[in-house]
Amino acid sequence: MNAPAGAAGTPEPFLSVRDLRVRFSTEDGTVHAVDGLSFGLERGRTLGVVGESGSGKSVTALALMGLHDRRTASVTGEVLLDGHELTGAPEKKLERLRGNRVAMVFQDPLTALSPYHTVGRQIAEPFVRHTGASRRQGRLRAVEMLGRVGIPQPARRVDDYPHQFSGGMRQRVVIAMALVCNPSLLIADEPTTALDVTVQAQILDLLGDLRQEFGSAVVLITHDLGVVAGTADDVLVMYAGRAVERGPVREVLRDPQHPYTRGLLDSVPRLSSDPEEPLVPIPGAPPSLLVPHPADGSRAPDGGGPLRGCPFLPRCAFSGRVEGGDRCRTERPVLPAGRGAACHLTERQRRTAFAEEARPRPGRP
Amino acid sequence: MEGDTTARADLGAAGRGAGRGEPLLRVEGLAKHFPVMAGFPVRRRVGAVRAVDGVDLTVHAGEVFGLVGESGCGKSTTGRMIARLTEPTAGTITYRGLDITRLGRRRLRPVRSEIQMVFQDPYSSLNPRQTVGTIVGGPMEVNGIDPPGGRGRRVRELLETVGLSPDHVNRFPHEFSGGQRQRIGIARALALNPRLIVADEPVSALDVSVQAQVVNLLREVQRDLGVAFVFIAHDLAVVRHFSQRVAVMYLGRIVEVGDRDSVYSRPRHPYTHALLSAVPEPVARDGAGPGPDGEGGGGSVRERIRLAGDVPSPADPPSGCRFRTRCWKARERCAAETPPLVRLEGDAEGHLTACHFPEEPTTAARGGDVVLDPAPTTEPHPGTSP
Ligand SMILES: Nc1ncnc2c1ncn2[C@@H]1O[C@H](COP(=O)(O)OP(=O)(O)OP(=O)(O)O)[C@@H](O)[C@H]1O
Ligand SMILES: Nc1ncnc2c1ncn2[C@@H]1O[C@H](COP(=O)(O)OP(=O)(O)O)[C@@H](O)[C@H]1O
Ligand code: SF4
Ligand code: SF4
Ligand SMILES: [Mg+2]
Ligand SMILES: [Mg+2]
Repeated sequence: MNAPAGAAGTPEPFLSVRDLRVRFSTEDGTVHAVDGLSFGLERGRTLGVVGESGSGKSVTALALMGLHDRRTASVTGEVLLDGHELTGAPEKKLERLRGNRVAMVFQDPLTALSPYHTVGRQIAEPFVRHTGASRRQGRLRAVEMLGRVGIPQPARRVDDYPHQFSGGMRQRVVIAMALVCNPSLLIADEPTTALDVTVQAQILDLLGDLRQEFGSAVVLITHDLGVVAGTADDVLVMYAGRAVERGPVREVLRDPQHPYTRGLLDSVPRLSSDPEEPLVPIPGAPPSLLVPHPADGSRAPDGGGPLRGCPFLPRCAFSGRVEGGDRCRTERPVLPAGRGAACHLTERQRRTAFAEEARPRPGRP
Repeated sequence: MEGDTTARADLGAAGRGAGRGEPLLRVEGLAKHFPVMAGFPVRRRVGAVRAVDGVDLTVHAGEVFGLVGESGCGKSTTGRMIARLTEPTAGTITYRGLDITRLGRRRLRPVRSEIQMVFQDPYSSLNPRQTVGTIVGGPMEVNGIDPPGGRGRRVRELLETVGLSPDHVNRFPHEFSGGQRQRIGIARALALNPRLIVADEPVSALDVSVQAQVVNLLREVQRDLGVAFVFIAHDLAVVRHFSQRVAVMYLGRIVEVGDRDSVYSRPRHPYTHALLSAVPEPVARDGAGPGPDGEGGGGSVRERIRLAGDVPSPADPPSGCRFRTRCWKARERCAAETPPLVRLEGDAEGHLTACHFPEEPTTAARGGDVVLDPAPTTEPHPGTSP
C-alpha cells in the first residue's frame, strides 16, 4: 500500500489507481458507481477489495481491465500499470494487455467459458494469440496449465468440454486460462463465491500458490471478509463507491478504524462466538448511488456524486461524537494515504467511542 | 370453515410446546429421484438423479432444525417435500401424528396453512405487481380466514412484527431492499400462524450486515411465537446461530445429526469435520491475539482439511459410503457397505453419524493444527470424469 507517489524519488507502485470515477447514465439518472477511488499495489502482493453488493467492486474491476462500454459508462481518473496509462487508452492497446499482462477471473466460470470449444483450446487461445506460438505448442501449454491448477490427468482432460467438468474444476480451468501468459496483474472478482466451501478452500490455496510461483500482483474482490483474511496482504474496504478504509489485512481485522468496517466485522456470524447471543447487524441499508435527472426532464449534472458528506452517516452510531456538528453531513471525509479510514472521528474520539460501545468480538483483543 | 375444524381435530393433540413427546414433524426414509431423460426422437428414462435418498429427521414443536450441506446435496428438495411442494418418490412425512405424505388437496389444506415456506431469492419470490398488503394478506385470502379486527389490521400487525412500517402496505416489492423483501416474505409466511416454517436459504442472498438483521428477526419469531423451523443453509456459522439441532447432508443423505454444540464441537463424521475446517473466518492470521477457538487459543492457525475433488454426481453416486471418494480415512469396507446412521451419544435423538470409522469424540474441529491429507485417490471420481 503506497501513498500516491509521483514526486521524484518515490517509485510508482506497479499498479496505481488515482481518483477513479465510473458513472453510468441510465434512464432514471446517473449512477455514481465508483466515486473517487485511489490505491496502489506492488508486484507479488494481494490486495483484497471488500464491500457489500453494490459497493462498486465489480465496476472497479471492469474499469481496471478497460471493459466498460464507452457509450454508457464514463470512466475518469488514472489507472497506471507499470507506468502505462490505461484509462482512455486505445482499444488496441488494451486488447494487447488483456489476457497477456492483465488477466481476470470472474465469479461464474460458465460465463467465462464457451461451451463449444474444448478447455484446451480455450486455455491455449490467449497464449497462441499473444506469443505467436503454434497450435501444438498451445496445446502442450494448456496441458501444463491444467496440471498446474490441479486437474488430474491433464493430458486426457485437455480435450474435454466445459460441461464435462464440475463447478470447481471449471473455475480451475478459468484460472488456468487467466494465468497462461504469466500476467503480471490478476484481477479476480469473487472467484469463489459460486463454489462450495470445501472447493473454495482448494481454489484459494491454489491462488495463493500460483501468486508465489508467478510473482503476479493480485486484486482479489470479495464480499467475504473471511476470504480476505486467509488470502490477502492488504485490504481496501469499499462502501457506496468509495474506499473507506485500507491497511494491512491483519491490522484492519484486528483494529478496524472505520465505523463501517467495524460494523461489518461485528455482523459476521462466527463459529466461535456465543450462538445464544443475537447477531450484531448494521441498521439500515446502503444508500442509492443514483442521482435522478431533474424533474424538468433535463439530464442530471455530471458533477458530484449523490452524497455530499459521509455515505455511511445514516447507519453510523458515532457521528454524534464528531466535533464541528455537521461535518459528517456536509464534508466528505478523505481516506489518508497508507493505513487509515475515511472518517471525521479523530483517533482519540474513535478509541473512546469504540471502547464505550465495546462488543464481545472473538478473535480480536 | 367446516373442513378446517375437522381436519385440525384429526391432527391430534401434539400442539405447541409439546416438548419432547410426539414430534411436530417426523420424516422417514424420504427420497426423491428425478428421472434423467435422453434419446431422440423418443425421449426415455435412462437413469435417475437421486436428489434425496433416504432421509430421516424429527422436528419438535418450537425447535429449529438446521440442514446444512454443499450445493446439490438435496437440502431444497427435502424442504420442498416437507412443505408438500414436491412429491416424494418414497418415504413418509408425519405431521403432528398424521401421515401427510399422500394427502389430497382437500385434506392437506389445514396442514398447508400450518407449514409455510420462506425462499432464498427476495426478488423472484414476491409478485412484483402486488402491493405488500396484498402479498402478506394473500394466504388469509386464499384460505378464507378473517382474523378478528379484519385482514387489513392483521397485515399491519405482521409488518410491525417483521420490523417494517405498517404504512408500507401500499408499496410494491421493487421499492424495498433485499433485506426488506425478505422481511415481507417472512410476514407472509407468518400470516396463518404456522407451527412450522421451512426456510430455504432465507439469508443467503443478503449482505452480512443485513443478513444479521434477518437472522435476528427469525430468532425472535421462533422465540416469541414458538414457531418451529426447518432452516436450510450452506453457511455453517449462520446455521449455528439459529439452530438447536443440526443435520449435515451429503449427496442426498444425512451423514451426521445432533445437538448443535455436539455437532459443532465434536463432529464425528469426517465430512462434517472437513466442512467446519473449510469455513473462512475473518480473523487476523498470525501469532498474536486469541485464536478463533476458545480452547485452541494462542492464535494458532487452523489448518484446512483439503478435501480432494468435488461432490460426485447424484445420478451416479459411489457405492457404499457416498463420501468415500473424498474421504482421507476410506478403506475397503467403505466401498462395500453403506454405513447406517447410528447413535454415538445421548438418546435416540442424540448424536448420530453414518460412518464406519467415526472420528474420536475428542476431535476438536477448531483445534490448533489438524492436518489431514485426503486418502490418495485410486480411481477417478464418479461424476467428474467424462
Ligand atoms: N426438478 C429437478 N429435476 C432434476 N434434477 C433435479 C431437480 N431438482 C433438483 N434436482 C437435482 O437434485 C439434486 C439436489 O438438488 P437440491 O436443489 O435439493 O440441492 P440443494 O442441496 O438445495 O443445493 P443448493 O445448495 O445448490 O441449493 C441436485 O443434483 C439437483 O441438480
Ligand atoms: N451497466 C450499469 N449500468 C448502470 N448501473 C450499473 C451498471 N453496472 C453497475 N451499476 C451499478 O453500480 C453500482 C456498483 O456495482 P458493482 O460494482 O457491480 O457492485 P459490487 O460491489 O457488488 O460488485 C451498483 O449500484 C450497480 O447497480
Ligand atoms: S465520518 Fe461521521 S458518519 Fe462517517 S463514519 Fe465517520 S463518524 Fe460516521
Ligand atoms: S464410512 Fe469410510 S469413507 Fe465414509 S466417512 Fe467413514 S471412513 Fe470415510
Ligand atoms: Mg460484483
Ligand atoms: Mg437449494
